[in-house]
Amino acid sequence: MELRDTPQEAAFRQEVRNFIAQNLPSSSKARGARRFEDADRDWSRKLGEAGYAGLTWPKEYGGAGAPYSHQAIFLEELARAEAPSHLGVIGLGMAGPTIMAWGSPEQKERYLSKILTADEIWCQGFSEPDAGSDLAASRTRIDDQGDHFLVNGQKVWSSFAHIADFCIIVGLGLPDEPRYKNLTYVIIDMHAPGVEVRPLVQITGHPEFNEIFFTDVKVPKENLLGTVGEGWQVAMTTLLHERGTLGFALSATLDVAVRKLIALAQERNVTDPILRDRIAREWIELQALKYTNYRSLTTLTKTGIPGPEGSASKLVWSENNQRLTKLALEILGSHAQLTDGSGDGYWQYQQLRSRGNTIEAGTSEILRNIVAERVLGLPRSR
Amino acid sequence: MDFSFTSEQDDLRREARSFLEANPSPSMEQLAELGWVGILQGGDFTFLDAAVLFEELGRALYDGPYALNEIAGQPGDDVWSIEIDGLVPHMDQVSRVLTPDMRGSSAHGDSLTTVDETLGLGRLASNDAVAAHGEWVDVERRLLAALALEAVGIGAKAIELALAYVSDREQFGKKIGSYQAISHSLVDGYVAVELSRSLAYWAAWCVAEDDEQVGLAVAAAKSQAAEAAVLACEKSIQAHGGIGFTWEHPLHRYYKRALWLEGALGYGREHRAEIAASLLSS
Repeated sequence: MELRDTPQEAAFRQEVRNFIAQNLPSSSKARGARRFEDADRDWSRKLGEAGYAGLTWPKEYGGAGAPYSHQAIFLEELARAEAPSHLGVIGLGMAGPTIMAWGSPEQKERYLSKILTADEIWCQGFSEPDAGSDLAASRTRIDDQGDHFLVNGQKVWSSFAHIADFCIIVGLGLPDEPRYKNLTYVIIDMHAPGVEVRPLVQITGHPEFNEIFFTDVKVPKENLLGTVGEGWQVAMTTLLHERGTLGFALSATLDVAVRKLIALAQERNVTDPILRDRIAREWIELQALKYTNYRSLTTLTKTGIPGPEGSASKLVWSENNQRLTKLALEILGSHAQLTDGSGDGYWQYQQLRSRGNTIEAGTSEILRNIVAERVLGLPRSR
Repeated sequence: MDFSFTSEQDDLRREARSFLEANPSPSMEQLAELGWVGILQGGDFTFLDAAVLFEELGRALYDGPYALNEIAGQPGDDVWSIEIDGLVPHMDQVSRVLTPDMRGSSAHGDSLTTVDETLGLGRLASNDAVAAHGEWVDVERRLLAALALEAVGIGAKAIELALAYVSDREQFGKKIGSYQAISHSLVDGYVAVELSRSLAYWAAWCVAEDDEQVGLAVAAAKSQAAEAAVLACEKSIQAHGGIGFTWEHPLHRYYKRALWLEGALGYGREHRAEIAASLLSS
């Protein structure tokens, strides 16, 4: 056991720190509301040029082929500097790894490098009005028309769709086949005719995610991932990566929130012992999450595959963030209600936004099922 | 960065687990034969090796002074206990007692009846104290880390007992572990124990390395691990239904030990008050 950086890790950390100090414009610091701005794309490009996008991607796909510990260090340093993350998170964390696992050589050639450079942004079209946690209930039709697929349907809760160039979707490809064998997974060009994106305003008042409507969208055959009917397996690869390497990004964002909470408490000179107890608890919970992620990282480094423990990290993080942001509002007091008061509305935004944390990327109920069945080995609930 | 035990430490854990399953209440002589006694007194071992044993002893609900004797770290062949909050665990099994003013007394005094009947608590009555070796701040840190590790062993075992039970027990024609009201509750207990396990290992590493964060780490680990162990036992009792509430089932013994651990050297809020003072002052 060695919890300090190795010499190589320490050198990498210093390199990242220098890069951020030299390249991050002070105006780009993580803000409350996050809607895409041009500055984010510039920053993402710089990250790509410096080799920090796709750190753990294999070199043959343009990645750095770095160990997972470097990814953790990179995210920790971004958090320390309160720097925004790469705009292409869906491409880097989900679409890219899925294409690497299932894609043809031509698909890898076509898509992967532009994810790294942030020249092409990706979004994910999994959820539908009648297929939320039950992804296999997708009704979006992906009909084989011989020389192309014809896609019709609706997707919801899709972040980045309003700026995305491509979308990974899973839909009904073989309607007569049984559940789990009837799905198809394709890449959709978001600029194709028949694709319409409508912003959805969240309870924060900000339109961070979107609905996507597909009306007779022609999708070339070469956009298929896996085979027709193999969509469920391909989607599982996407979700494994979504939750598997997410842990460090989550503890890094929680780290920022805890730093800000402590700064707020110092600024307000919090003396109430109950509030102080709760502040200390959030700090402890952060350490617990961080060191649990380090344990998972060690496993990942030794086995190469993210384990289902990632589901537990996400579950814990979401509840921590909800508790922490409400605590911050309590420290602000009833004046937290004022939107024209002092401050930039950071905590007000974060608290409302946090309600989505237990819903997005797998609801807490689904994650508890996953931990129960795949980690604890309990009998299936359905 | 490597947050795992060495293969030697994994072997030690396997050896300890199988030995303690056969001998849950070993004598100090038996533990000496295994080479465990004096593990912290120099030599090839570190606090992380001891940490493996502290956790496994907790899991086995061991009822002797081994860990306290190691943590007291006094020279000579006497077996030591440590006075915790005015109470001396296993007083009838030791010859010397270390007190927080870093003095050693002979283990004479009153035996006390306790909720956890395996603690052997006594109250010191001797007045022959002489100066002991070391600093209390170091003893306290080792002790907090050891209590956290013991709690991790207790909590993990309580969840394992529940998982075995709900995977076997049927009601309404189904294994009760398939009901989400049961499984989700146990997931919460499991996750709490695993998070506190990370803190306990971090604390053990900080003690072994005398890391600058050791004070915060042991306070965080002890408060969180003891609370997680209590939670895990309570969820396990609930999942077991009526049988978990009986004297004949072993669960109540884990629960009572967890309750002792939660209070020993201060409840969580006392440690959190110290952590808050440290975080908010700087």
